[in-house]
Amino acid sequence: MKSAFNVRHLVSVLLVAGLLLLPLYSHLTGNVFVLTLFTRIVILALAAASLNLIMGYGGMMSFGHAAYLGIGGYAVGILAQEGIGSGFVQFPVALAVSAFYALVIGALSLRTRGVYFIMITLAFAQMAYYVASGLARYGGDDGLTIYKRSDFAGLINPGNRVQFYYLCLACLLVVVFLIWRIVNSRFGLVVQGLRSNEQRMQAIGFPGTRYRLVCFVIAGTMCGLAGALLANNTDFVSPAVMYWTRSGDLMVMVILGGMGTLFGPVIGAVAYLVLEELLSQVTEYWALIMGPLLLLIVLFGRGGIMGLLGRLSRG
Amino acid sequence: MAEPLLRVEKLVRRFGGIIATDHVTLEVPRGELHAIIGPNGAGKTTLIGQLTGHLMPHSGSIHLAGRDISRLPAYRRSALGLARSFQITCLLADFTAADNVALAAQARAGHSFRFFGDARKERGLREAAMSALERVGLADRAGVVVSRLSHGEQRELELAVALATKPQLLLLDEPMAGLGITESARMVRLLSDLRKEVTIVLVEHDMEAVFALADRISVLVYGRVIASGTPDAIRQNEEVKRAYLGDQHVVVRHG
Amino acid sequence: MLLLVEQILNGLQFGLLLFLLAAGLTLVFGIMDLVNLAHGSLYMMGAYFAATFVAWTGSFVLGAVLALGATLLLGMALEFTALRHLYGRDHLDHVLATFGLILFFNEAVRLIWGPAGLALPLPPWLSVPVQILPGIYYPAYRLAIIVVALLVALLLYLGVMRTRIGMLVRAGASNREMIGALGINIKLLYTLVFGLGAALAGLAGLMQAPILTVQIGMGENILILAFVVIVIGGIGSIRGAFLAAIFVGLIDTLGRAFLPNLLRQVLSSAAASTAAPALSSMLIYLLMAIVLVVRPEGLFPASRR
Repeated sequence: MKSAFNVRHLVSVLLVAGLLLLPLYSHLTGNVFVLTLFTRIVILALAAASLNLIMGYGGMMSFGHAAYLGIGGYAVGILAQEGIGSGFVQFPVALAVSAFYALVIGALSLRTRGVYFIMITLAFAQMAYYVASGLARYGGDDGLTIYKRSDFAGLINPGNRVQFYYLCLACLLVVVFLIWRIVNSRFGLVVQGLRSNEQRMQAIGFPGTRYRLVCFVIAGTMCGLAGALLANNTDFVSPAVMYWTRSGDLMVMVILGGMGTLFGPVIGAVAYLVLEELLSQVTEYWALIMGPLLLLIVLFGRGGIMGLLGRLSRG
Repeated sequence: MAEPLLRVEKLVRRFGGIIATDHVTLEVPRGELHAIIGPNGAGKTTLIGQLTGHLMPHSGSIHLAGRDISRLPAYRRSALGLARSFQITCLLADFTAADNVALAAQARAGHSFRFFGDARKERGLREAAMSALERVGLADRAGVVVSRLSHGEQRELELAVALATKPQLLLLDEPMAGLGITESARMVRLLSDLRKEVTIVLVEHDMEAVFALADRISVLVYGRVIASGTPDAIRQNEEVKRAYLGDQHVVVRHG
Repeated sequence: MLLLVEQILNGLQFGLLLFLLAAGLTLVFGIMDLVNLAHGSLYMMGAYFAATFVAWTGSFVLGAVLALGATLLLGMALEFTALRHLYGRDHLDHVLATFGLILFFNEAVRLIWGPAGLALPLPPWLSVPVQILPGIYYPAYRLAIIVVALLVALLLYLGVMRTRIGMLVRAGASNREMIGALGINIKLLYTLVFGLGAALAGLAGLMQAPILTVQIGMGENILILAFVVIVIGGIGSIRGAFLAAIFVGLIDTLGRAFLPNLLRQVLSSAAASTAAPALSSMLIYLLMAIVLVVRPEGLFPASRR
């Protein structure tokens, strides 16, 4: 047990070190593409980490998590369009709107469990997708181009590739740190207890839905941050970022890396997106391989990469 | 007469056309160990469900220490000092024994919207957990994950969890279910110890244990209380003999 | 008036298609406890098969029948090779594995038929309008969809309620062990049920094909609507799925048709034309939200306890 833990720690430390040093590698080799790719990976890893909070620790199988990517993104995009360019306004608004959406959707969906919850979160995210498509003033189906990235009054320049990468990485690390604190806190133990056995938790005096809802809102807010970053990264936001397959991608990252582990979703995001990148270089029809691969991972890859690391070092 | 700790009045619960709880009236004064017995299908589980708040009664009332709790959800009743153990072991299987009990202590310590401090390092919670574990003789198993505990240990842990909520009233739903002879004897010793501290309502099939422990016994048949009294009175009661005790099959059945 | 009748029929027709999808989903979920996201892919495959077979044979009906058979076989093959390994697993596993299958099917279609999408032309005898009421005409093909889907719904109802297989199916939904105890070949039963669900999805897809274009991902949006239907109707209930599907079909169609005009009477014309598309696409989700608040278990839950 002990050694398994250490291997996981080691991999997590190496991962963080690698992410920290990546701009250096990009600078030395002159490979700009790798930095662009990894900026996207870091942002989606942040989204996956937030999904892991509700899915892995809270047992809430949300299939609508990409909605927050869109909501955070549209908050930035719409404010920019209306002439409010300050990141100190855009980002808090993005987080607040995401939190509010999570509160409403959570309060409705958490009335149900299991498959219902999966279907309902999926349906509400699809609703958000259609609403965004209907926003004719903000590009509708075609999406909204963001002509100027968030302005942080000279503190950070999001237009600078390296600075923006480090901004995203810092956000990811802070979020992972917060999740680490949360899951070990009183609140976190209650949420994990509810995942394990709701009846027992109610019998000892915990009102389950209240705790679940707060957790749902925290995760949604965190993912809203990822959305705001993503919009800055692509200088563009469109309904497509909240299409349901994007939510599926996020789920896959969490499962692939290892649900309910701290760095699992980060590893999962790196693995999934790098794999996608490599496959798409080999063949145009990469999904033909990716699809069945997912099936195999589900059938044989219990616990994801983190689970595998655990088994390897034990065996 | 002083207000009993638990007062159940004319409780009715139906399932479709079947009356599972038929105008049940019960009073349990503070300090009593009150056993509820009855053949399978008598409605014991339904009654327990209504007492704990997992099922809502159709009519009638339940008072705990003078307060009407008939419509409160389970978690509110727990906060008011009503703890239960489950017939089929109901624990957080992927948590350690100590975590299971510490969460119960945490439930007692106000709301849990604390997001930052490490709850496993809170002295107060850990100490409360350890003392409840010691109480049931599981102190040396504190760090073991529940799914690796033996069945008997899990039954004891159920008790420790209930105790850690510092209850006024302990509802035990067949605590001996599935226990071997030695384990049963241990459980009986434990209960005869606990009854000095806390009022207990015991639902149990093990007649030997029931008659050894109970101050009073209520007999439930087809959802109705057909008799209520001291163990001796129940033993003598003709209706009980006819309806229940005469049924050798049930008396023999334990373990 | 004319428009209203036409839109009601359109809503009915759309609702019936939704029912065909939702029925398969809810059967498979009720009996095998399997959540199948790739159900929408089977709908898509039905449409592609139909477009191909109709072009090959030159006959609409023959092509449709062949396509139906092909989807049935595809469904059974899918169950046999992949999905049966998922029985008894977590619902999350089902979601991920079948999500993988969607990626696979979309890509396979792109590889085989190309990215452009196909058209399935109607034969002349189906493309004429029919007079249904004095002075009111309705496209024959849409009418045919309504008739066929109603027939299938009736057959399904009779099949589940009256036949021996149907009894097994209902028994399976409530008591899995019992079927095993009866000595029924449970694996075969599951494969057949899945094939039936696939055929229903394929039927919906191939009937929809001449109205919309046949394209990649066509099954995904309608699959989510089928989920909404199931949530509203109550999981595992065929009757609930039927009523909810008609309801959703009508609300969605009528909302899109009439909401913009209604809005224009309360809001300024500009505001109305901005809000209408977003609002009308939200309508059924709002309906779902209301159902969740009022009856979280759905309007017609399967268990009657």
